[in-house]
Amino acid sequence: MLYREAGDFKTSYVKDSQTFPIKADRMAYFALLAVAFGVVPFFINDYWANAVFVPFLIYAIAAIGLNILTGYCGQVSLGTGGFMAVGAYACYKLMTGFPDLPMLLNVLLAGGITAGVGVLFGLPSLRIKGFYLAVATLAAQFFLVWLFNKVPWFYNYSASGQITAPERTMFGIAVTGANTPAWAKYLFCLVILVALAWLARNLTRGMVGRKWMAIRDMDIAAEIIGVNPLTTKLSAFAISSFFIGVSGALFFSVYLGAAEVGEAFGIQKSFLILFMIIIGGLGSMFGSFAGAAFLVLLPVFLKNVLVGGLGWPTDLAAHIELMIVGGLIITFLILEPHGLAQLWRVAKEKLRLWPFPH
Amino acid sequence: MSTEGYTTADGRKIGGVLMEMKNITLRFGGVKAITDISFDIREGEIRAIIGPNGAGKSSMLNVISGFYVPQEGEVWFRGQKRAPMRPYEVARQGIARTFQNIALFEGMTVLDNIMTGRLTLMETGLAAQSLWWGKAQREEVAHREKVEKIIDFLEIQPIRKTPVGRLPYGLKKRVELARALAAEPKLLLLDEPMAGMNVEEKEDMCRFILDVNDEFGTTIALIEHDMGVVMDLSDRVVVMDYGKKIGDGTPDEVRSNPDVIRAYLGVEHA
Repeated sequence: MLYREAGDFKTSYVKDSQTFPIKADRMAYFALLAVAFGVVPFFINDYWANAVFVPFLIYAIAAIGLNILTGYCGQVSLGTGGFMAVGAYACYKLMTGFPDLPMLLNVLLAGGITAGVGVLFGLPSLRIKGFYLAVATLAAQFFLVWLFNKVPWFYNYSASGQITAPERTMFGIAVTGANTPAWAKYLFCLVILVALAWLARNLTRGMVGRKWMAIRDMDIAAEIIGVNPLTTKLSAFAISSFFIGVSGALFFSVYLGAAEVGEAFGIQKSFLILFMIIIGGLGSMFGSFAGAAFLVLLPVFLKNVLVGGLGWPTDLAAHIELMIVGGLIITFLILEPHGLAQLWRVAKEKLRLWPFPH
Repeated sequence: MSTEGYTTADGRKIGGVLMEMKNITLRFGGVKAITDISFDIREGEIRAIIGPNGAGKSSMLNVISGFYVPQEGEVWFRGQKRAPMRPYEVARQGIARTFQNIALFEGMTVLDNIMTGRLTLMETGLAAQSLWWGKAQREEVAHREKVEKIIDFLEIQPIRKTPVGRLPYGLKKRVELARALAAEPKLLLLDEPMAGMNVEEKEDMCRFILDVNDEFGTTIALIEHDMGVVMDLSDRVVVMDYGKKIGDGTPDEVRSNPDVIRAYLGVEHA
């Protein structure tokens, strides 16, 4: 059977509003889930987990979070790194303060704390928009990094100023700390990503998502049809920050193991996540995944080709890699400003009528 | 006029007073946009507000929908005096509107746009919706059914899933009407529903407005420049000029009102 939309008729509204309305899409999705859960954990090793899978999963969570705020609700944020830091430090304080809490709960609580902080820094959005809001969130970014550097309580007065994740387990298996097997890191992040992505999808396809998009597209008209701008914008900030906080907690505890705030959660992290959703596609779940995959995989791929394939010296390759990634981003934005998700959508529309476009 | 309503020329029963504006005055700094205007809108009628450019018609509509708060005067809706409120609170009271320069959500599909119209009627909270289970899904489907009826009614089935940004002007106007209708408003405000349309589209729009009034019994207040349309559609007409009310009554009464003729055609200089 051809992959196409035509001829796939729906007989109920429930079926019509499902996430993957095309049958082939649905099957691909379940196949992907099956591989992700049933195959990858058995073959994954430390290199693949640390270089590709775990960062991809964690960045995908952050990208979904920022996409909710910027892509769906239209509020530009440059504070992503700072909010990830909130998640990381909240998680660290929970891990060290309450050693008996299960790790999953730590991560979710860290997300909840970040949501509260996000709402606080979202308050200016009620008055200012666009570039001005971006600058206000930039202030959040710098303030939060400064805070975690300056107040020793946050890093438990450690001499180095770093935070280090102690070993914590889920079902008796370490998911943080030095003894964590690669598959445990991977599965822990995967489960959280799948659950959160499912929640985000449900929110964005229903009335909450419509309110966000209404505010994004025309806030005056949104208000006239009954959208309360205050609660709508703040709910976007809260949920987005929750996602970003969870990703920050995972980034520190599962992926890095030890972190210094300025290095791990600096402004470049904010831009990285912003690039992910711009390249992937604003206001699209698929775009969040595609963008995260693109920016995680591209450097790994280039490194393998340049160093492994062409035998260039590592330092040269590292610099060239930066230039190539930058160039690709610019080219990409000129050719398809709406991102990978739009490319995918256009391809699907073409296929709907293919091979008889007229 | 009595409070128990009247019967129109074509035999429709018009009910009691739905909305009453009492001595509304609206100022922007030193400029008086509206001066001491009173009129009422009755249940089930089509009420037009007309006047030359800059007469204050749109300001009047903005007062009704809560964008502007008048400095003086009272707004009564369904027998209650309305405190100054935000537009979204007005929407929850059952007043929906369309805009002169279409205010749709360009990035969303036609279906989603119309669904947003129903948000004042939906109750599911954030948590329930994030699970997309049971009540949340049932509610979504129930509202979808209502929206599909409106889509049928306005004959826009083929563009359901099209992003609004891609539609031509005439269809956008229709989608905007659909979104306002989806809220099942007690009072529907239309700001120049025929602006920029050709004759055919105007006729379609007229038919929809009459059908809406007829089938759903929706009370409609509209602003329009096309005199032919106004005189045909409306039951009663308010005429404004320079922020003041210069005429009020049935289309025939208004047409023969000397002040109205003067405002539209100018004064004869002796």
